[in-house]
Amino acid sequence: MKNFSYLMPETIDEAISLLESHGEKAGYIAGGTDVMVKIKEGNLSPEYLVSLKHIPAMNDLSLDRENGELHIGALTTHRMLEKSSLIRLQYPILHDAVINIGSVQIRNVATIGGNLVNAVPSADGAIPLIAMDARVRFRGPRGEQTEDLIKFFLGPGRNILEHGEILTEIIIPPLLPRSGSAYIKFGRRAAMELPLLGVGVLLSLDEDMKHCTRARICLGVAAPTPLRALEAEKFLSGKVVDEKTLEEAGRIAGDESKVRDSIRGVAWYRKEMVNVQVKRMGMKCLERIK
Amino acid sequence: MARDISFKFNGSDLKIRVKDHWTLLYMIREELGLTGTKEGCGSGECGACTVLVNGEAVNACLYPAVEIKGKDLQTIEGLASEEGTLHPLQKSFVENGGIQCGFCSPGMIMSSKALLEENPNADEDEIKHALAGNICRCTGYLQIVESVKAASGEGAEEIKAVP
Repeated sequence: MKNFSYLMPETIDEAISLLESHGEKAGYIAGGTDVMVKIKEGNLSPEYLVSLKHIPAMNDLSLDRENGELHIGALTTHRMLEKSSLIRLQYPILHDAVINIGSVQIRNVATIGGNLVNAVPSADGAIPLIAMDARVRFRGPRGEQTEDLIKFFLGPGRNILEHGEILTEIIIPPLLPRSGSAYIKFGRRAAMELPLLGVGVLLSLDEDMKHCTRARICLGVAAPTPLRALEAEKFLSGKVVDEKTLEEAGRIAGDESKVRDSIRGVAWYRKEMVNVQVKRMGMKCLERIK
Repeated sequence: MARDISFKFNGSDLKIRVKDHWTLLYMIREELGLTGTKEGCGSGECGACTVLVNGEAVNACLYPAVEIKGKDLQTIEGLASEEGTLHPLQKSFVENGGIQCGFCSPGMIMSSKALLEENPNADEDEIKHALAGNICRCTGYLQIVESVKAASGEGAEEIKAVP
């Protein structure tokens, strides 16, 4: 494998200045499950790899009691999220997604921040986070900034980070009362496969437990970047949520999707599956609402 | 760049000079000369290189060797006793036909060890979930799952009871 120097800074500022001083010859590495593969395949050939693993508190999971926000450190591994009872019970849509990302071996080292930064259309981590209106915080030579996660992605493999910037944390605002959420990674097999489609739905109901106060329908692999089915969300908002309205929401979401033919599946089938899975995930949301 | 690192290797302290661009797999196989850990795909898909870092299964082919500093590394060579008595999982794989060509077996057994140490009563679904990242090209999955099942829960007691 190509020769490189592996640097292990212990603060974010140190990491940023290392990257600045080495310029284009340097890149960040977190868990390394994507970066190492890219280096082995010759798609990446850094002279310096700046590891973010030794910066304390970058993998903290913390709930802000004052404003109800959940802060997920970007270096949190998928396995930490998978094992967290807080995530499983309060943010089940994220649990649904992380349990099927890669394998145990991958989840033990791969980070949620890395999953987002890679910005592949099939990134399972992004869809549930977008459905929960997550924001991301990042820091670099320009200082610290916060942006809505949906605006983080520019295209396959491209995000808004500039050279030297580090994704530091993901912020999930408090969920509305009476919310239910669910995600499905849909593919031919459950394990070790990229999804044919990812569908995340989050529904919040009024006190009558019938009318929808907020709907989020987020699709993965349905466009070059994660996609929110805004028309379908608008359709559900204020309506009584049941099998019939969810079926219609699924149809609208299918029309909004920009699915295309690929080696994993053809567009017409993907669109059909958007119809079906939006409805199914909506029904699962209703079961989970408390 | 090269640097000296210390870590726990199969229960003993070890100090070694590693180069920054080495993977953990390269260090184990080429520098330490222990070839029980296999290289299959080299890209984190097949699990043949599975080792335990602080008790957790990882793909050694993607893990930077320098990151093992100060940690606890276990490979398949650390399982049997010095006298050669097999670990219950190894014994179970032998007795239940969990091994065909044997190439995936070290990885399968290390993944199973991580699972059973965390969840000694793992059921079939949990075993399948834990082994999803280990590929067997002989496709003897049924016997592999049976082998792990026999080593879990009450089965573990039976294995231990065999003289």
